Amino acid sequence: MGKLYTFLKYFFITVWTVFVVAPFLWALTTSFKDFNSVNGGVTYIPWVDFEPNLEGWRVLIKSPAQGGVDIVEPYFNSLFVTCTASLVSIILGTLSAYALSRYTFKAGPIKNNDITFFFISQRIMPPIVLSIPFFLFLGAVNLLDSLFGLIVVYIVLLMPIAVWIMVDFFNKVPREIDETALIDGCNPYQAFYKVVLPNSIPGLIVAGMFCIIFGWIDFFFAFILTFTEVQLLPVKIVALNSSITPWWSLSASALVSVAPLIVVAFIVERYLSKGNLSGAIK
Amino acid sequence: MNLVGENLSYKLTEELQLRKISFNFEKGKLYTILGRTLSGKTTLLKTIAGLLMPDSGSIRFEDKNFLEIPVWKRNIAMVYQQFINYPHLNVFENIAFPLKQRGLDPQKINDEVFKSLKLVGLEGYEKRKIQELSGGQQQRVSVARSLVKNAKILLLDEPLVNLDYKLREQLREEFKNIFVNGLSEESIVIFSTTDPREAMELNGEVIVLDEGRVLQVGAAKEIFENPKDLKVAAISNDPPMNILKADLGSNKIKFEDIEIDIPDHLSKLKDKHFNFGIRASDIELNDNGFEFEVELAEISGSETLLHLTRGNLKIITSIEEVMDFKIHDKVKINFKSNRAYAFDEVGNLASSPFRGSNV
Repeated sequence: MGKLYTFLKYFFITVWTVFVVAPFLWALTTSFKDFNSVNGGVTYIPWVDFEPNLEGWRVLIKSPAQGGVDIVEPYFNSLFVTCTASLVSIILGTLSAYALSRYTFKAGPIKNNDITFFFISQRIMPPIVLSIPFFLFLGAVNLLDSLFGLIVVYIVLLMPIAVWIMVDFFNKVPREIDETALIDGCNPYQAFYKVVLPNSIPGLIVAGMFCIIFGWIDFFFAFILTFTEVQLLPVKIVALNSSITPWWSLSASALVSVAPLIVVAFIVERYLSKGNLSGAIK
Repeated sequence: MNLVGENLSYKLTEELQLRKISFNFEKGKLYTILGRTLSGKTTLLKTIAGLLMPDSGSIRFEDKNFLEIPVWKRNIAMVYQQFINYPHLNVFENIAFPLKQRGLDPQKINDEVFKSLKLVGLEGYEKRKIQELSGGQQQRVSVARSLVKNAKILLLDEPLVNLDYKLREQLREEFKNIFVNGLSEESIVIFSTTDPREAMELNGEVIVLDEGRVLQVGAAKEIFENPKDLKVAAISNDPPMNILKADLGSNKIKFEDIEIDIPDHLSKLKDKHFNFGIRASDIELNDNGFEFEVELAEISGSETLLHLTRGNLKIITSIEEVMDFKIHDKVKINFKSNRAYAFDEVGNLASSPFRGSNV
């Protein structure tokens, strides 16, 4: 039983790993190939099957005038928009989540839970419903095709995630902890950042991770709300697909576009696996 | 200079509210608030702490309007029945937290924290994480954190209730010592509990609270000896006092088909009909006594609780030893009538063994 179980466990883990890693490996090897290695039959192993070169990667940073595709600018645009929007969403979202968790709001029939639901309902509706209002709105305030406009839109999209996760998290932190902090001489703001916040780090990490992922992978709004001035990475990469960009450059661009998410995943995994965070509150 | 509350009212829900509570707490004294669940103990403590704002009434302390001072400036300490500590800090940092908040210098903080650790018997644990401590140790940390501040008002909200039996006994003992030695003459200690034994053992002033009202205030001994009415008798006894509808005959007390001699202190009762009250511990097994049937027998610690019936009579008795009874066993018991209470028909104390007839 024990041995069979171990065998099956590792067997499935191996199969799954291959399933997950293979496309990345394929993209990685392809990114170092040239015309002959791609079109002249199947090749797998660098230096044995084909001679690797960096041409695919070079194309990414060359300007179009030099025959490249230049994804550097969209890349940094994406990084900037995602990070700024995530940060603002986390800050605003955490504050509103704390208020929703600890204080009672009432406006006619509308209570705390309804407000929380209002936030998350922004994510429930299909994004396409929002596209025209956003377009008109950004047009009216002259923010179409600008980084700032995108950041504003992304905050609208990401903050509900932060609120939703953090309300749930704060509800699990006993109210008595805040009260004890007040009794121990903290004013309400100090109670929040000296006591409640340090005990909510796992929630903050999870919320932050979701914000970054959703911000980074968004194609739809980046596509609709920008034209020529500003371009984000997902739009750029999709654009490559339809042009005459060679396979090796496409592979390279695919890899650089997932790289930040892989980094985030590793950091989070490291942090959460320390174990002392998930069990911080009994 | 006292902590004085007047006509405090607060409505949380229909069941849980304070109704015009007044008190006068003196410095250097221990007060015990005794009441059942939902009697308003926690609500009262939180109101004193400033975590709840009363709907009406006033609290004054050291000639200041306490209600105008926010919680964080009140110089109070509070221990909850749940073990509340800061999970992200270790034991030392937890206890040091209120002192750091006051901005004391590190050396002084260090000294005070170790003094306080010693008081609660947690020396050597200062580097531990809170999650690595047992429930009792966690509660000691929160007690240490409340003591270290040298607060003028120390509130303890059923601090022992979530601990197991053994630990509760031990900590209760230690609390008594801490209250005697560890506190300055300047402090007011307010301890809330549902357990009458705890209230008696701590031996402070007892405030009996029920449904948000103060029923009786007095020294623990006084409450025990002369409960003002049936409600106080029920709250301040565990198991609850047996109350039997009785008639006063010419020289006998009758309830159902039982007749017992009238003890001296009950001989001058005005009413013919009254409530005969007797503690479970004042009923003894006696071969010449009245026969009852065992309905339920439970062993609790070193005593045996017997639930007995005879016709319509139902009584509870506690016997100071572990005995094995089966359901439907017949036992014979006797009432120590010289320790019996009489409450009039409305429920007020008419006569007690310690203070003869009221009228």
